[in-house]
Formats: sequence, C-alpha cells, structure tokens
Amino acid sequence: MLEKPTWKSTLKGFLYLLPALLILIIFNIYPIIRSFLMSFYTDYDYFNDIVHEYGFDNFIAIFQDPNFITALKNTGIFVLGVVPISIFLSMGIAVLLNNKIKLAGFFRTIYFLPFVTSVVAVSIVWSWIYHSDYGLLNYFLGWFGIDPIAWLNDPNYAMPALIIMSIWKGLGFNIIIFLAGLQNIGEQYYLAAKVDGASAWKRFTNITLPLLSPTIFFVSIISIINGFKVFDEVFALFNGRPGPANSALTVVYYIYQKFYEEWQFGLASTAAFVLFIIIFIFTIIQLVIGRRFVHYN
Amino acid sequence: MVKDALSKGIIYLLLAFGAILMLLPFVWMISTSLKSPSEVMAMPPVWIPSEWQWENYQTASEVAPFGRYFINSIIVTILSTIGELLTTILAAYAFSKINFYGKGIVFAVLLGTMMVPGEVLLIPNFVTVSNLGWLDSYEALIIPWIASIFSIFLLRQYFFSVPTELSYAAKVDGCSDFKFLWYVMVPLAKPALITIGLLKVIGSWNAFLWPLIVTNSQELRTLPVGLSAFTTEAGIKYELLMAASTMVILPMLILFFIMQKYIISGVARTGIKG
Repeated sequence: MLEKPTWKSTLKGFLYLLPALLILIIFNIYPIIRSFLMSFYTDYDYFNDIVHEYGFDNFIAIFQDPNFITALKNTGIFVLGVVPISIFLSMGIAVLLNNKIKLAGFFRTIYFLPFVTSVVAVSIVWSWIYHSDYGLLNYFLGWFGIDPIAWLNDPNYAMPALIIMSIWKGLGFNIIIFLAGLQNIGEQYYLAAKVDGASAWKRFTNITLPLLSPTIFFVSIISIINGFKVFDEVFALFNGRPGPANSALTVVYYIYQKFYEEWQFGLASTAAFVLFIIIFIFTIIQLVIGRRFVHYN
Repeated sequence: MVKDALSKGIIYLLLAFGAILMLLPFVWMISTSLKSPSEVMAMPPVWIPSEWQWENYQTASEVAPFGRYFINSIIVTILSTIGELLTTILAAYAFSKINFYGKGIVFAVLLGTMMVPGEVLLIPNFVTVSNLGWLDSYEALIIPWIASIFSIFLLRQYFFSVPTELSYAAKVDGCSDFKFLWYVMVPLAKPALITIGLLKVIGSWNAFLWPLIVTNSQELRTLPVGLSAFTTEAGIKYELLMAASTMVILPMLILFFIMQKYIISGVARTGIKG
C-alpha cells in the first residue's frame, strides 16, 4: 500500500507531474475552454486577439449555412458507408484467421500494413488507382464490361471512392481488435457445440456472435467516432479540395475551410463545438452501454 | 476429413485474395515509381517496368526538397517521441507510486479531456502558438505533442504491476525516488515504453493537419505536408508522385516489419487508432 499523502509527498507528486501537466494545461485543457468560448465570438480580431462581441449568432449562422448541412450529411453518409462494411469484412477475416491456420501471422501482418502508413501518401496512391483513364480500378472494372468511372471528378462517385479507400485503410486495425476478442472466447464452448453436432454456421451464430458482441460494439463506436473526424483522406485524395461540387465536404474539412481559408475563427470554433457534441454523444453511449455489456461475458 | 481439407482450402483462398487486394496499392505504387512516363500511361497496365527508372526518385527530390522534408520529419518524430516518453514516465510514476493531495481530481480531469477530439483543440492551439511567436518553427511542430494523457494512463497501469514493496526495499538501501524510477521501474516497463514509443513514432511521422497549418515555409514542412504540396508542384507526373509517396510510406513499413510484435500487441491491448 502507498503511504498516506502529506504536504511533502504532494510537492513531490506535482514536481513529477510538472512537465506533463504544463504541456497538457497549455495545449489540452486551456484550448478546450478556449474553444468553447470562441464558438461564441461573433466579432473577433485575430491579429490583436481582441473580441468585440459575443453571442449565439454563430450557431444560427452555421446551421443556416448550406455547406455545413452538406458537411454534416456527407460525414453521416461516410460513417454509414464505412462502419458496417468494415465491421462485416474485418470480423469475417478475423474469424477466418482464428481457424488455427498456418500463415495466420503472415496474413495478419499484410492486412495490418495500411494502418502504419501515412494517410496523405496512401490517398495519393489511391487517387492514381482511381484515375479515370489509366487507373487500375477502372481497368479491373473493364474486365466486367463496366465503362470507366470518373471516380474523383463525378460528384456521385467521390464519396464511394473515399469510402472504399477508408475501408482498406482501417481494416487491419479492426481485425486486430476482433482477433483479441475472439481469443477471449473459451475453447470449451466450441468443443461442446461440436459434440452436440452443431454446424460451423450454427457455432458462429450461437457462440461467436453473441460472445463477440462487446467487441463488435466497441469497434463500432471507435469507428463511428473516427469516421466523424475524417479529413486527411479528403484533402489528399481530392488534391486540397473537398471533392467535386463539395461532394466530399466533411465536418472537419468545413472547420478547416472556415478557419484556415476564410479566417472565420468564431464560425470554425462553433462547427468544432458541434463536432464535439456528436462525438461526446457516442462516447457517452460507449460508457453507459459498454459497461452493461461487460457483465455479459 | 476431406471436408475439413476443403474448408481449409477455401479459407486460404479467401484470405489470399483479400491479402492481394490489401497489397495491390503498395505494389502499384512501387511499380509506377520505377516506370518511364510512357509505361505509366500504358493500357493494359504494365506490372513490372521493362527498365527500372531509379532516377525517378532523384528527379522527385530535385523538383521538391524531399531530403529536407525527410530530415524535418525525423527531427520532429524523434524529439516529440523522446519528449513524450520522458513526461509520461515522470507523470505515470507520480500517479502510480506517490500518494498526494489532489491526485484523484487531477487524474479525473485529465481522463475527462480525453473525450475531446483533437480537432476541437486545433483553432485555440493555433492562436496560442501564434501568440508565442512559434508559427513556422520546430517548437510549434514538437512542443504541443510531448505529453499524452493516453500514454500516461497506459504506463500508469503498467507501473501498478510493480510491487510497492520493491520501492521500500530500494529506499532502505538508500536509493532515491528518482533513481528507483530510473533504474528499476523504467527497465521493468520496457515493453510498455517500446509500444508507447512506436505508436508515437507512427503517429508523429504521419501527422498532417497540425503541421499543415503551423508551417508556411518550405524549409519546415514535414514529409506528409511536403508530399501534399508536391501534388500541385509535380503536376500529373504519376511516376514522380509515386516515388515521393514511397519515400513517405517505406520507413514506416520497415519499422513495422521489424517491430510488429510490439505494435500489434499494443493496438490489441489498447484499441487506439493512430
């Protein structure tokens, strides 16, 4: 057991904390408060750091801005496109990898590779794959008689292009989490089921799926939260534009535009605040429901 | 048993097909980076260049200062990783082995701030950095990133597993707190520190949005920022773009191949996304 706190140990404790705390207060805690306040800056002079006016106007303004609505909608579509497909694929692959096959480690390594790579670099590689005339994807689609698609220039295909690439990038991460979840399921359940003559599909739906549900839930929430933060992919895939006709404008991209291109710090902070609220809701869901799930296993 | 062999075969087939799809973009990137301009635009695509154009890498480095970007990325990555490890070790020690007033509150506040996405901090941090006169400097690229609540939390858990009796024994032997931390705790926590360090290296090397907004001059760009600017500078020369992309991606792939045990176990244990 640790000794009881004294003033001396308090001094010592804070001395050890000092370097981390200094950085965290300046670049983590203070900006949270500042960001909240900034979302109410309606008249702000950045160059002199003077606020002339506060108010709720920013909140009214962004929700009346069709671009912000587009950004919210696009981000929602992105999350809905990526999360279910990614979970379905990564769970399937994890289940296959968990079959005591040789080379499982080798396959796991390959599936995980995109995780360690720069989003910007792989997005540029994908923009080449999506090239409408010389791209690899259209070449493969040509085998099936599909006419070339202008993936990155057609507003209807920009979002699918972004979704396909993001699934590829994030698959390995989800597989690792699912594998960890699968390894927690006791062998005895499967042995018992086999003795009872349950088919592989029955074993999957009646043992794997229910016992894996906490992991599925965890991966879903993490993927949703990360999906709402998408930016680098858009920026690099569409060469510094939010896709043709704003078709890949996401919430973080909107924040970037308002902040860095238009110097509207107040509006950008308000949009960031909305993003925070969205992510906060999912974090709370995870904390509340996640706790209930834990007892399940 | 024929059925078993058959299902194993199908499993391998599915996994191999998926693995090919995962690898294809990398293969295509490296292949394109070694092609001549005419082969780049060839249809059907050429998989293996007839003559490997290694000079594409040199040309790319002449069009944009990738050597400089590379050095910047290495400086930023190494310094922010060392910085984070040091602040993390000290803070995790305080949270796990010292009892002090206010510990619970400080820890709870720090944990609470983890819920706030980094994108929300972007604008106020930009204002702070510009008020400090750090815009377009290494300070801006490194200092905000030398402490991480998540790493502190992770290492604290690890430090808990070191029995407190050990520190009493050390004290009786006349070992100071700091020496105990440095010579006993840190070596014991080596696996955790390697994992934290590696995840930091990957995150720092690949970071984009922050370096993009705090650097203006070419001399301070990191690789991802330089690469993104290169797409406009290089025009539509895909062989150069792919050579540049390879330069950004390859170091992390090599690091991953060497240290994958630590990286994968770290991700599996913590479930964080870089």
